Amino acid sequence: MAAVTLLEARGLTRHFGGLKAVDGVDFDLAEGEIHALIGPNGAGKTTFVSLLCGRVPVQAGTIRFAGADITRLPAHKRVGRGIAYTFQITQIFANLTVFDNVALAVQRRGGPLDADTRAALERVGLADRADQIAGTLSYGHQRVLEIAMGLALKPRLLILDEPTQGLANAEIDTFKALVRQVVPETTVLLIEHNMDVVMDLAERITVLNFGEVLATGTPAAIRANPAVQAAYLGG
Amino acid sequence: MTVATRIWAVHLAVLALLLAGGFLLPAYHQTNVAKVMVLATYAMGYNIAFGYTGLLSLGHALFFGAGLYGAGMLVQHAGVGAGPAALAGIVAGGLAAAVVGLLALRTQGVAFMIVTLMFAQAGYLTILYNTAWTRGDEGIVIAREARVLMGFDLSADLPRYFVGLGLFAAGLVLKLWLVRSPTGRVMVALRENEERSRMLGYDPYARKLAALVISGLYAGAAGAAYGLLFGYVGASLASTQYSILPLLWVLLGGAGTVLGPLVGALLMFYLIDYSSAFTTASLLVVGAALVLLVLFAPKGILGTLRDRWLKWLP
Ligand SMILES: Nc1ncnc2c1ncn2[C@@H]1O[C@H](COP(=O)(O)OP(=O)(O)O)[C@@H](O)[C@H]1O
Ligand SMILES: [Mg+2]
Repeated sequence: MAAVTLLEARGLTRHFGGLKAVDGVDFDLAEGEIHALIGPNGAGKTTFVSLLCGRVPVQAGTIRFAGADITRLPAHKRVGRGIAYTFQITQIFANLTVFDNVALAVQRRGGPLDADTRAALERVGLADRADQIAGTLSYGHQRVLEIAMGLALKPRLLILDEPTQGLANAEIDTFKALVRQVVPETTVLLIEHNMDVVMDLAERITVLNFGEVLATGTPAAIRANPAVQAAYLGG
Repeated sequence: MTVATRIWAVHLAVLALLLAGGFLLPAYHQTNVAKVMVLATYAMGYNIAFGYTGLLSLGHALFFGAGLYGAGMLVQHAGVGAGPAALAGIVAGGLAAAVVGLLALRTQGVAFMIVTLMFAQAGYLTILYNTAWTRGDEGIVIAREARVLMGFDLSADLPRYFVGLGLFAAGLVLKLWLVRSPTGRVMVALRENEERSRMLGYDPYARKLAALVISGLYAGAAGAAYGLLFGYVGASLASTQYSILPLLWVLLGGAGTVLGPLVGALLMFYLIDYSSAFTTASLLVVGAALVLLVLFAPKGILGTLRDRWLKWLP
């Protein structure tokens, strides 16, 4: 059975002044896959996924999601269609309780608020901290809370921007287990610098460099690709 | 006792105290507290925009003035009854907030403050110069015969007090329900982190507009009640001072607390009342109170209580 395409970007472009942050990118996501996006710092990864989730307006090109053109759809409506984004720089409601942080995600999609919020916290191991003020959590727990908010939206596509940055090894293992649990109901697009995590989780990898796609393929193919080795993996 | 029961118990107890005040207070204080309850309703509305949603408006006098003049001019020039005039005042407040919000909410922070201030100033000048309708600076004194609601004479102490209390009670219950609802949670989320809220799927513009319109409805209701209860509809009540006052009351009582506006308005009112008995510089006393506030309780009285002891206070 051929994989169903969930998201399809064509000629996606975003320049900042003279800087070609994202430059004519074609990109496909198969429904249910874990897809990693890698590339050196400043390659345009965050900008690219920001175009997908609507945080940054598209200058040229098109995005189709679940069969519909969403190129001009505002960010909050894309969330309604099932695209969730977790920020590279932790963005939580620091002055609200852990419970309220996740409840805000749960109530957006509807459903039993209290039960679903507790379940989402249970799943990431933050249940016993529900009443704590989010800003007083450790850095690692704040990252986990951010992921919990994304998951609580029950999205069709979850975009994770360097989720393991600054996490301890044990926390990374928990994270990997979490991501494996959510597929294939949720498709995962993962920006990640930790190559162990990438090779472990990803079914396909796309490499960005200077705003352009350098290569797309399975982990084995990417590892063997000479251009990728030269630009990023360092041989 | 669950938290929800405790919360409702506290707020209903405050309403019960105010109800008792209607029977126990001497006439002089009855008039004062009636006025405070109307102004506190205005401040509760301001708090919904500022304290909960994070919209620092300097133009609320326009919404208060819309209610005040909306109701006052209908009574004065068209002979409309107090009840329908009050309803029109409420609608006028909400409508003014919607128009201002549609434009001002395209800006943020300082720009939002300035745009709302300019709108209110334009409204104030419109009132000032349309003397044929508004009697300008002098204002309109509404005749006693026109201030009758369902057979009650609103210029008499007791009915005035209870209408003021009814307005305040409705405002309080509605606000308590709102801020504890999912909608209230989203308002606070916007105040705390707009970008995060947007990426959770909430439309910041639409949500802020809704909060501002609710705020405007409160201001309109308070403005209409003020004119009908105290019989005076004047331009000074729509001046910049009346945009700043609710901000001060809310800051004093505690921004983002349900009862803070009442505490702030009551305290400030009596501070000025008592100090003006022995000094003409009563504003200096207000200034001193605000300096003390900034130094010792920057989150206002109830905000500080909540931080220290009453974590559950909404
Ligand atoms: N809002 C912006 N304004 C100007 N330049 C930006 C902006 N956002 C990103 N850039 C630039 O675009 C390039 C790509 O950035 P980014 O997408 O964050 O890369 P990555 O996530 O791959 O590290 C960088 O050179 C960055 O400085
Ligand atoms: Mg990045």
